[in-house]
Amino acid sequence: MTALGSIHGYGVHIPRLRLSREVIAAAMSWANAPARGAARGTRAVGNWDEDALTMAVEAARRCGATPLHGKPLQAMFFCSTTAPFVDRDDAVLVASALDLPDSVETLNLGASMRAGTSGLITALLRTTGNTLLVASDARTTRSGSPQEMTYGDASAAMLVGPAAAGSLATVVAARRVGSDFVDHYRMSGADFDYALEERWIRDEFLLKIIPTTVAQVLSDARVPAESVRHVVIPTSPATAKRLAQACDVSTARRDERVLTQCGDAGVALPLLMIADALEAAEPEEFILAVGIGQGVDVILLKAETGVCSASKDLTRALAAGHEEPSYVRYLAHRGLLDVDFGMRAERDQRTAHSVAFRKRSVLNAFTGGRCRNCGTVQFPQSRVCVNPECRQTDTQSPHRLADSQGRVKSFTEDWQAYAARPPYVYGNVEFAEGGNLLMEFTDIEPGRIKVNDAVRFVYRIKDEDRARGFRRYFWKATAT
Amino acid sequence: MKSGIKDKVVIAGMGCSRFGERWDCGPDDLMVEAFNEALLDACIERDQIEAAWLGVFFDEQNTGKSSLPMSIALRLPNIPTTRVENLCATGTEALRGAVYAVAAGACEIALAMGVEKLKDTGFGGLPERTKGTFEDLYLPTSTAPGAFAQLASAYAERYGYSMKDLKRAMAHISVKSHENATRNAKAHLRNRITEQQVLESMPISYPLNVLDCCGVSDGAACAIVTTPEVARRLGLRDVVAVKALQLAASNGVEMGHQSWDGSHTLTTPLAAKRAYAEAGIQNPREQIDLIEVHDCFSITELVLMEDLGLSDMGRSPHDVLDGRYDRDGAIPCQIDGGLKCFGHPIGATGLRMAYEIYLQLLGRAGERQLRGRSGNGPAFGLTHNLGGIPNRNIASVSILGLLAA
Repeated sequence: MTALGSIHGYGVHIPRLRLSREVIAAAMSWANAPARGAARGTRAVGNWDEDALTMAVEAARRCGATPLHGKPLQAMFFCSTTAPFVDRDDAVLVASALDLPDSVETLNLGASMRAGTSGLITALLRTTGNTLLVASDARTTRSGSPQEMTYGDASAAMLVGPAAAGSLATVVAARRVGSDFVDHYRMSGADFDYALEERWIRDEFLLKIIPTTVAQVLSDARVPAESVRHVVIPTSPATAKRLAQACDVSTARRDERVLTQCGDAGVALPLLMIADALEAAEPEEFILAVGIGQGVDVILLKAETGVCSASKDLTRALAAGHEEPSYVRYLAHRGLLDVDFGMRAERDQRTAHSVAFRKRSVLNAFTGGRCRNCGTVQFPQSRVCVNPECRQTDTQSPHRLADSQGRVKSFTEDWQAYAARPPYVYGNVEFAEGGNLLMEFTDIEPGRIKVNDAVRFVYRIKDEDRARGFRRYFWKATAT
Repeated sequence: MKSGIKDKVVIAGMGCSRFGERWDCGPDDLMVEAFNEALLDACIERDQIEAAWLGVFFDEQNTGKSSLPMSIALRLPNIPTTRVENLCATGTEALRGAVYAVAAGACEIALAMGVEKLKDTGFGGLPERTKGTFEDLYLPTSTAPGAFAQLASAYAERYGYSMKDLKRAMAHISVKSHENATRNAKAHLRNRITEQQVLESMPISYPLNVLDCCGVSDGAACAIVTTPEVARRLGLRDVVAVKALQLAASNGVEMGHQSWDGSHTLTTPLAAKRAYAEAGIQNPREQIDLIEVHDCFSITELVLMEDLGLSDMGRSPHDVLDGRYDRDGAIPCQIDGGLKCFGHPIGATGLRMAYEIYLQLLGRAGERQLRGRSGNGPAFGLTHNLGGIPNRNIASVSILGLLAA
């Protein structure tokens, strides 16, 4: 197989909040005794305003503005088994938040833990145009379950396109094999995964299908197994070790930090591990990556010179954690605890969808206006310029503020307002290029914010219309 | 050339209900309570009123829409009635409607009524409300204390105050208003408090504690206005005249333009300047005897002293702590207890402020009566409302004075 596509960039989002597995074990080992033995490291837990969709947007933005906006993007794949909408195009919403042109082809991939790697192979095999692939999962786990200890929320994005100088890695060979093996499942509408016995999965499925497929891919590429320097096997470290031996790649480097510090992020996990390999690889080294779920995907990549200057975004994201000390609050954020937030939480959040559509660029992409007469930037874009010295009509061009630098002009920590994670923090933020907005803040602990602090902007859940089952999103300010 | 409103309209009578958690009263009861007092005060019959304005804000949990709740509750004789709503300036807006109608000659006697029944909400604080179909999609679901608390962080930053020092001055503002309210039977909160109590009270919205916040109360207040000629015909001797009624509304600069730094209200200085000019006040610091300002929160009152031109910029905390706005200070502020102790039944507040100025000017304020600069009683009083939040609002400034002044 000839080399078709390359990975040109990647981005990672791991939610800032990390729940120590010791904290989980302390709370739940009375019911799940084995949890005590597994209580090492942390798992990433999305803040209350994060879901698979917001995490995908953030990883995609981390992919870097230059490839996203410098080269035209032909397609965007959104891979998730926990996308918020079953029937409303999550991928189109992600694209809209990223301010991608309507002409970008979007595709939703899911239904299997293989969705991320399958999407990656599809993107790598496209012969024209650049594809942005985003994989994101935030799987809710039952309290006291083994999955509660091992899962984590995260997303990874990769920019894929025809091979070109400076890319990070190029695909050498890839295969996709299906097999209706039920290692775990979640039916439509169910809250939790139902997992089967690990030893059976290992012996009857993984140890049979993976070595065979890996051997075929290596044969396709005429690359001997001992040449593989990095191997991505998204299973527990013990199983990964057994599988690496079975594939004759036991000397290859295997990441464990993603599972230890973040947890099993579903469809994003193999991509996070590929990101790890890209951060460790030298040019010309082979990276073998496996995706598992009702079959296997196997991808053989060869690192290119671009890896020398790779962004190390996984390392950054893993390090950017803040410990969530409260297991109970984590339960509440994931909807596993029915908390009485008082009458203020009863507020009707009905959306006027005609307004939301009319203002979709304002709300999804955080687009303000820049006055062509006086240069004033303002949010939202309006018919008449806000600058008191100008006030000209119909002089504004769209101006996206999502990637601007912000400065805190004033703030409060509001203990009276309804907030899923009190206090409700908001304040006036000034954009570097001008303009001001009263905004909600997120991921900032009480007592940590000051006037003049620098902030950046993130796409998050704004609120939830519980009466009609609809989730709304908007941009919030957070610490840089 | 415009001549302004000065001395064209006088107050024939006023009424004000007791403010508080009036669990046994609806808005109709509160309106009747205020209205009966005003009718007796003006010595007129109900059917002499030719037009009426009703100010009410939260109609949803309250009266419902339109001016009909007033017309029906008071059984007005099928006269033209109008409901006005302009956020927290609603009460003053009702007064403005009635005063302008009389000044225009459209009628000789008009009623301005403001009412708000807040305590049917079911929880403390103000009811939740929508900001409109678009803004609900991006603005924070802020509370009133949270929106006004913004002033404190921006003010402290601009003038280099530590939050500790600023909070001491803010605490003094609340202590002063509670002290004043002990002399007012119509106030909701009539207990004395200490600065320490304010500083140690429950945090509401940083840096505001619960004792930095005004109460939440039910109430109604009203004014019957007429021309000086009719007042003479009615046999009224000392007459309080409207000297100025001015508004300034935001146009989006504070919310959207970088020129506003968040430490002050942009509109209040504009409304104040127009009001001083309309009333012929050259030096408000020397001519205004007392003020009733929109002290929804302690920090609001603090910055308003500067916005109204009564303290130098950045000096309000010093003036407050020096007692300049205390009962025995140069310019007593909230002599009736203010929003702090009356609460803020929104439609009623502007008229409740005017009611206190009216009583003080006529020497009828009982144990809280001020002697004024002359020693013979105050000559000019000012009321101020800030409708909305610092990010966008309607500032109203009215000046009342004796017709002869």
